[in-house]
Amino acid sequence: MELANDWMNAAHSTGTSIMAATFDGGVVVGADSRTTTGAYIANRVTDKLTKVTDHIYCCRSGSAADTQAIADIVGYHLEFHSMELGEEPLVEVGANVFKELCYNYRDSLSAGILVAGWDKKHGGQIYSIPIGGMCVKQSVSIGGSGSSYVYGYVDSNYKLNMTKDECVKFVITTLALAMSRDGSSGGVVRVGIITEKGVERKVVLGDELPKFFEE
Amino acid sequence: MSSIGTGYDLSASQFSPDGRVFQVEYAMKAVENSGTVIGLKGSDGIVLAAEKLILSKLHEPSTNQRIFNIDQHIGMAFSGLIADARQIVQIARREAAEYRQQYRLSIPLKYLNDRVSMYMHAYTLYSAIRPYGCSVILSGYENGEPVMYTIDPSGVSYGNLGCATGKAKQSAKTEIEKLKLSQMPCRELVKEAAKIIYLVHDELKDKNFELELSWVCKDSNGHHQRVPENVYQEAEKAAKQAMEADSESDNEDM
Repeated sequence: MELANDWMNAAHSTGTSIMAATFDGGVVVGADSRTTTGAYIANRVTDKLTKVTDHIYCCRSGSAADTQAIADIVGYHLEFHSMELGEEPLVEVGANVFKELCYNYRDSLSAGILVAGWDKKHGGQIYSIPIGGMCVKQSVSIGGSGSSYVYGYVDSNYKLNMTKDECVKFVITTLALAMSRDGSSGGVVRVGIITEKGVERKVVLGDELPKFFEE
Repeated sequence: MSSIGTGYDLSASQFSPDGRVFQVEYAMKAVENSGTVIGLKGSDGIVLAAEKLILSKLHEPSTNQRIFNIDQHIGMAFSGLIADARQIVQIARREAAEYRQQYRLSIPLKYLNDRVSMYMHAYTLYSAIRPYGCSVILSGYENGEPVMYTIDPSGVSYGNLGCATGKAKQSAKTEIEKLKLSQMPCRELVKEAAKIIYLVHDELKDKNFELELSWVCKDSNGHHQRVPENVYQEAEKAAKQAMEADSESDNEDM
């Protein structure tokens, strides 16, 4: 019965382009908006930037169900933790709670997550948690299937201590490049800018995305 | 049950008619029978000092310690039943380790204090168990700030600048109040702590004792540890000299 792609039964997954980059005073997170069920686009305006606390966001890739559940659980843990301590949790703490879940349940999860945020102690930070449950701190990080196409672009164009606007532009361009090559990424680009003041969200619609050489 | 207040002391789960829980008060008595322990918060850290009473001539020095490490940056001293206290130490260590495992940060003392005091309080609620027969002092150094708490067998905890529990807690507290704690660095506090323990030690009732000293401060890199040998010797010497000077002035009075 293999007549077509078995998208009726395939799991929703965010075959994705996600990224995060630190700049002077905070961190920019960004993602495409495509959710696929096999070859079928189940949602073309997905929000893969998920709030965990007021100053910590995560970019989700992998199984949509798994990553949503993990983000909810971590949100609960950090809320509880901040009630007990009477202060906002550090990004490092958030990343470690994500890591504990991703590592302990590595055999049953398919989740690649970028945790990004701002805290009083260390400013803007990014932690990458790929499948398997490793956790590394990075200044700039990309993830999802689309990321493979843009490693070179990121390596050659990312700089430390960019301004906010430079950083936002860098993130949008990188994601647009990834989305144009990766079949399972696309739609709009969603961006979040996390600073001391909180989070500022932006959307770049499909027809507003930067254009590159196409033939 | 001839008068009010008798017959209500067999269980920790029952109040007396005037609103007391006798088992908890008896636990406090167990604390008062044990050697004095003091904690002093200075400008750059905290010093803990314990008077370890030695009951046997065959006692091996530096065993049966009364001051423990809980985490790198946290120390705990106790007075009361040693076996009970060791259980509290174990609980505190587990809490600290679990916190580190979960959040990849060292446990804030405020939080550890909440957890340990809640744990001790739970033992004052049920008829089948007895309260812990010990008071503990928690000392820590975090973000360049010294922090100290004491927890009673009732599960109540206090944040302190200086504290004392055990036999001579009253006279030790009086001595501590004479110090200008917030202006003193730990180097000086160690000597003062040793002096106080020597001063409040009752030579008539308890012959031998061993002085235990620990600190957690800038000098120790924010780590809780026993004071280095040379500092210990210096402090003990200062304490003994102070005692001699004291007894000489007593003789002059006569």
